[in-house]
Amino acid sequence: MTDTGVSIGLSRDEMAQRAALDIPDGSYVNLGIGIPERVASYIPEGREVIYGDPELINAGKRQVTTVPGAAFFHHADSFAMIRGGHIDLCVLGALQVASNGDLANWSTGAPDAIPAVGGAMDLVAGVKTIYVITQHCTRRGDPKLVERCTYPLTGQAVADRIYTDLAVIDVTPDGFQLVELSPGVDYDYVAERTAAKLLPIATDK
Amino acid sequence: MIDKSIATPEAAVTDIFDGATVLIGGFGEAGSPIELIHALIDQGASGLTVVNNNTGSGEVGLAALIKAGRVAKMICSYPRTANSTVFPELYSSGRIELELVPQGTLAERIRAGGAGVPAFYTATSVGTPLEEGKERRTFDGRHYVLEHGLTGDFALIKCQAADTHGNLVYNKTARNFSPVMAMAAETTIAQASQVLAPGQLDPESVVTPGIFVDRVVAVTHPAYESELVAQGMSYP
Repeated sequence: MTDTGVSIGLSRDEMAQRAALDIPDGSYVNLGIGIPERVASYIPEGREVIYGDPELINAGKRQVTTVPGAAFFHHADSFAMIRGGHIDLCVLGALQVASNGDLANWSTGAPDAIPAVGGAMDLVAGVKTIYVITQHCTRRGDPKLVERCTYPLTGQAVADRIYTDLAVIDVTPDGFQLVELSPGVDYDYVAERTAAKLLPIATDK
Repeated sequence: MIDKSIATPEAAVTDIFDGATVLIGGFGEAGSPIELIHALIDQGASGLTVVNNNTGSGEVGLAALIKAGRVAKMICSYPRTANSTVFPELYSSGRIELELVPQGTLAERIRAGGAGVPAFYTATSVGTPLEEGKERRTFDGRHYVLEHGLTGDFALIKCQAADTHGNLVYNKTARNFSPVMAMAAETTIAQASQVLAPGQLDPESVVTPGIFVDRVVAVTHPAYESELVAQGMSYP
């Protein structure tokens, strides 16, 4: 894929803004590192959400503030919330997502890479709903939505919904289901950049 | 009369021996006991196994301990952080061992170790490369892997206030791994911005009960890793 110099699809902030719209009022949410951190800035006014982020920093070690009603807890409790199924929703980044929901987001498996996993494996194993925010393709233009992940997995069949610069896509038993297109993007444009079957938006019969 | 206070960080770490397993609190710089780590560098113990979520940044604190060649093995979840170059260089040249543990599993292994639980099952890492070599078992149709409790010879932690009985309270998210590390070490050493007389901490508000803490040392104005890194400091 060539870079035409024309900006197509959503910016990183717009992707975060779009995902934030789908976070239900009253949810306990964990935000991953990168674009997911930006989601916190876009929770609609009036929606009350309690962040499960760990002096006063988030998971990306960026400084954050507390809101009235916040609580501090130690790390084993933090992950008991996660492992014990008490967190409603998690927003994570991705290297690859497969059409069966497999997620790879911690390692490219390159022999010279320093492996680092953080809490990603705990989150996908313990949180009920996993949202993924990612660019649709890598900087080189390779699709990140694939039939089968080639990178080491973070978890099997865990992703529920994917927010990219081009579209919102659900992971269903039948594979990737297009839910919403970004402005100026059509089905063919997204399908060409998706390395797995992409079910079109269901039209009224 | 119980008095666990020690005059200086230097005096608090004198008995840490070569080859010891040292649990070091902190998530990045939050909660990192920099003054105790620097005292350990000056003390000279080597061949250490260090448990921390990360591997430090710049050339101060934990990164300086690693750079000084005192650490044989790191047990951590995320050895890559901004300004983290010391560990990657040593790891790439095969001069330091890494045991990579998912963050929640790391916290629970330490908690279990401190609670006398030798092992537990978790669904974290099932179906991933980090499952390799672990026993798998199925409960109610779901797969889990066996993880072992983790203990240390020493824990070095940072808190906001301690009393001379070793009761501790922390500062915001600097709490992170410290309460479970205090439980899991044979000898727990806490640096505190304030060391108070017994009764000055509200018993209802104590986070780590003094039974888990052996030594407290006052570090009235603790340094922050990011500030030292920004100043270009390299310890020692």
